[in-house]
Amino acid sequence: MQALVVAAHGSHLNPDASDPTYAHADTVRETGAFDEVREAFWKEEPHFREVIRTLESDEVFVVPLFISEGYFTEQVIPRELRLEDWDPEKWDSEGTDASQVTLEAGDADKTVHYCGPVGTHDAMTDVIVQRAESVTNDSDVGEGVGLAVVGHGTERNENSAKAIEYHADRIRERDRFDEVNALFMDEEPEVDDVTDFFESSDVVVVPLFVADGYHTQEDIPEDMGLTEDYRLGWDVPTEVDGHRIWYAGAVGTEGLMADVLLERAADAGAELGNAVERVRAMTAGSDDAATDEPEPKAGN
Amino acid sequence: MADPTTDLESLLAAADEGVALDGLLVERTDDGTYVLETPESREAGLEGEEIERALESIPSLVSNWRYWDAIGGEGTARRAFLRWCERAPPTEDRTLEDEPLEVPERYDALEDGIVREWGQLRITGELVDGGEGERRYELRHVDDADRAREELERQENPRDARELSTYDGDGRYRPLKTAPTLRSGWVFPELSGRELVDAVEFFYPATIANWHRERRGELDVDHWLETAERQTGIYDVIDELPREAVDWMAEACCVDSQCLRRREWEYEEGDELEPEGGDGPFPCREPCSLVVAAARKWAILESEAERTYELEFTTSELNQLAELIDAVADGRTDEIREADVNDGANRYRARYLRAKRFDGDGGLEATKRE
Ligand code: SF4
Repeated sequence: MQALVVAAHGSHLNPDASDPTYAHADTVRETGAFDEVREAFWKEEPHFREVIRTLESDEVFVVPLFISEGYFTEQVIPRELRLEDWDPEKWDSEGTDASQVTLEAGDADKTVHYCGPVGTHDAMTDVIVQRAESVTNDSDVGEGVGLAVVGHGTERNENSAKAIEYHADRIRERDRFDEVNALFMDEEPEVDDVTDFFESSDVVVVPLFVADGYHTQEDIPEDMGLTEDYRLGWDVPTEVDGHRIWYAGAVGTEGLMADVLLERAADAGAELGNAVERVRAMTAGSDDAATDEPEPKAGN
Repeated sequence: MADPTTDLESLLAAADEGVALDGLLVERTDDGTYVLETPESREAGLEGEEIERALESIPSLVSNWRYWDAIGGEGTARRAFLRWCERAPPTEDRTLEDEPLEVPERYDALEDGIVREWGQLRITGELVDGGEGERRYELRHVDDADRAREELERQENPRDARELSTYDGDGRYRPLKTAPTLRSGWVFPELSGRELVDAVEFFYPATIANWHRERRGELDVDHWLETAERQTGIYDVIDELPREAVDWMAEACCVDSQCLRRREWEYEEGDELEPEGGDGPFPCREPCSLVVAAARKWAILESEAERTYELEFTTSELNQLAELIDAVADGRTDEIREADVNDGANRYRARYLRAKRFDGDGGLEATKRE
C-alpha cells in the first residue's frame, strides 16, 4: 500500500489557508492512485508530528506544499515527522534541485519518501502559465502580454528568490509571452513598480504563493496600486499607469497544482498508473479547485 | 451485500488456515474433516455437508466472522476502533473500560443500535436489515442525541466533516479540532466502517491512532520540556517558560472545558502538572501547535519583571475586574444580557468603569511605585 501526505503550513487564524491543500488532496483522492491521502500541517491537524501514525500504508510519499527549499522543508518538516538520519545535504540541492530522499520514520515502521517542495518542480512552470490562462480567460494568452512572477525576496529565505527566477527563466525560454520578469516584495526589482518593468500594455501578475492570504490579498494588490484599500477589492484587469494589470492571486489555488503533487511522488517512485493524465484532464483550464478567482476576495 | 452461501464457502476456505473470532473456531484437520467450536459446543470430524449444516445453524457467528473478515486490517487502529464501537471483545488491548459483548448479546444490541461517544461525536452502530451481518454507522453530534434524523442536515461524504468542523456554531474559526465547540445539527445517516473511521479522523485527526497506541500500552508521550526544547526559530524561546507557568498554561488550554483530548503529557517524566488532564477517551501525547504558539506569547510576557502599582478602586470595582476576567475566560460575554447591570461583565458596566478609571491615554490610571 502507498500513501500520499501533503505537508502544508496551515493557520491558527485564517481558515482559508488550508483550502488549497484540501482541494489538491481531494483531486489526488479522486484518481485513486494512492490507498491513502492525508493532509498534514504545522498549524492545523493532523500535525506533521502525528500524521504518519494515522496511515496503514508502509510506503509513504511526503510532498511539502511549500514554494521553496528552506527552514520548513529542511528543518521543521523532517524533524516533526521524525525522519531518522535526515540531513539537508541528502537532497544535494543548490536551492531548487531537491527531488526526494528515502528514510525511515522514527515513530512507525514505515518507509518515507521525503520529496522536494512543489514550488521548485518543473511542472510548477506549467501551473504558473495555466494560472495566467485562467485569470485572462484565454487559453492562448501570451502574445502582446507580459508576465510577472512574484515572490518574497531573499529577506526571509534566499532560495525563495531562486525559485521565482527559475520559473521566470523557464517561461521566458518558451517564447510565449512578450516579456517575463521575476519581481519581489522585499527587494529589487520590486512588485510595487510593476509597470516600470513592462512595455506590454497587458501584464499578468502571478504570485508564487501556495495559498491566498495577507500577502497576496492585501499587500501586493495595494502595493501595485490595484486598489487603495484591499477591503474594497479590485477589478481584473485594473488599469495602472497605462497598463492593464491582470492580477491572478496565489498560484497555489490553481487546480493543476495537484499534478505537481503527483509528479513529485512519481519522481520518488510512486506507482501512479494513469493518474497524471486524469488529473491534467480534471484540472485543465480550471481553477475551481480552491477559489472562485478571478473575483477578488476582500481580505481574509 | 453478502450471499450466505458464499459466506460459508469463504469461511470454509479460510478454515484451512484456521478461523478464530469472537467464540467461533473452525479448523480443517489433516484428514480433511473440520473441527467446529462455539461457546456452547465442540464437534470434531465433521465432513463437508455436516460442517455446512452445523454452520447454517449458527448464522450470527458466521456473519459476524464475514463482517470482520471484510473489515480486515488485523492489528490496525481502524479495526480496533470499529470493534470498540460495537463493544466487541478487544483482541489486543490492555484496558477495558466496560464489559465487552459476546456475539449473541451484541447482535441483539445492534438491532437497537449500539451507541458510543467520541468527544462530541455520537456513533450508533447497527445491523443492516437482511444484510448478513453487515454493519452501518450513524454519526451525529452528542447534543442531537434526541433529535429526529429528518430534522438534521444530511451528510454523505466523510470529507464533509472537514467543513463541519471548521467553524463553530457562531461561525468562528476553530483552530483546535478537539475544542468542545463542534457545531451540531447534522447527521451522517449511513456510513460504512471505513467511512466512519474517515469521518471521525476528519473531525478529530489522529485521535484513533493515539487511542489505539494507548490501549496497546505504546503511547509515546512527549512531555513539555522535550517538546519545548525541540523547537527552533521563533518558538525557540518556549523552554524558558517558568515551571509554574506551564501549570497555568495547561489550566488555560488543556482542561476538558477547552479541549477534549485527555492531556497525558506532564512537565517532564516524574514531574506532573497541577491541573486535571481530563476524562475523554482519546489522549493528547504532546503539546499541540496551538499551545506551542501560545507558550511563545507567555514566555515573552513572563520575561517581564513584576512591579507594584498604585491605583484607586472601590471594593466593588476591584471585584468587577475579577468578574470581567472570569467572563472572558469562560467565554460568557455573549450570554450577558444587555440590561443585566448586576453582572460586572455587562457591557454598560464595563463602559462605565472605563469612563471613570481610564486616563487620557486609554489605560488604567496607575502610578508605578519605585
Ligand atoms: S496540548 Fe492541550 S489544548 Fe492542545 S490538544 Fe493537547 S490537551 Fe488539547
